Amino acid sequence: MQFFGGSEISPSPPAPTASGNNGHMLYVFNRNGICLLYREWNRPLHTLNAQQDHKLMFGLLFSLKSLTAKMDPTSAEKGNLGVPQLPGQGCSFHSFRTNTYKLSFMETPSGIKIILVTHPRTGDLRESLKYIYNLYVEYVVKNPLYTPGSPIRSELFNTTLDQYVRGIA
Amino acid sequence: MAAIYSLYIINKSGGLIYYKDYGSAGRMDTNDTLRVASLWHSMHAISQQLSPMSGCSGIELLQADTFDLHCFQSLTGTKFFAVCEPGTQQIESLLKYIYELYTDYVLKNPFYEIEMPIRCELFDINLTQSVQKDRVALLGQ
Repeated sequence: MQFFGGSEISPSPPAPTASGNNGHMLYVFNRNGICLLYREWNRPLHTLNAQQDHKLMFGLLFSLKSLTAKMDPTSAEKGNLGVPQLPGQGCSFHSFRTNTYKLSFMETPSGIKIILVTHPRTGDLRESLKYIYNLYVEYVVKNPLYTPGSPIRSELFNTTLDQYVRGIA
Repeated sequence: MAAIYSLYIINKSGGLIYYKDYGSAGRMDTNDTLRVASLWHSMHAISQQLSPMSGCSGIELLQADTFDLHCFQSLTGTKFFAVCEPGTQQIESLLKYIYELYTDYVLKNPFYEIEMPIRCELFDINLTQSVQKDRVALLGQ
């Protein structure tokens, strides 16, 4: 899984299909748990208010990463449950599926977590998440007026993101 | 090459009632398996809260780098989950079959106390048989 290197600056996105409108929500968190971006396209059910929802999502991901690092059947040397793991350390999950949604997750070496919630029959979205990360780098990180660690307020980023997610199966 | 690395059964309160490891390097001691089981129970419940649609019944499949975790929840809230190699097929049907074995050899056992750890020899024997059968079938392909 390469983040740097490669012949192109951004990997070419997977070919979009005609289905569209399968993306429900997108979250972007930084390593401290601050929600940098929350986009919502199709969410009929809101169980909690926005703050609690973000905290719950971050907490769920943190615990799931801890769980997968502990449950890894291929490595014998593991830390204890609940010990904070560095990004990339230990086995990490990349998606889970329930009967109503599929959550795809990607964590970059800098601790940026991108979460995309879609229809349960969606395929592997790891390449799409990498593309979204590249959008983040191009439109947000390279923006000199953006302070790292603050919520993202870029119309251009939002529009490009919406367009891209609409094209994912 | 094992099809399943390990199997867990947790009761409706999240307590571990059965754990079997089928040969993985990541074998855990009892305390850790108890912690992992309760953690899974809570994560399963939280995932229902975060659903964008109503009617979510919790995580069915978790895909990680080195393993997949399949979970089957019965109508009574008992969860059967198996850690297996990424991309293993047919685990859903195996879990449903294990649920059948559970109802036959555990629940119908008059000496078995519900929600307590499972100590039924016939359950163990039949479980091993069905998992071995699965493993042979996969190796044969």
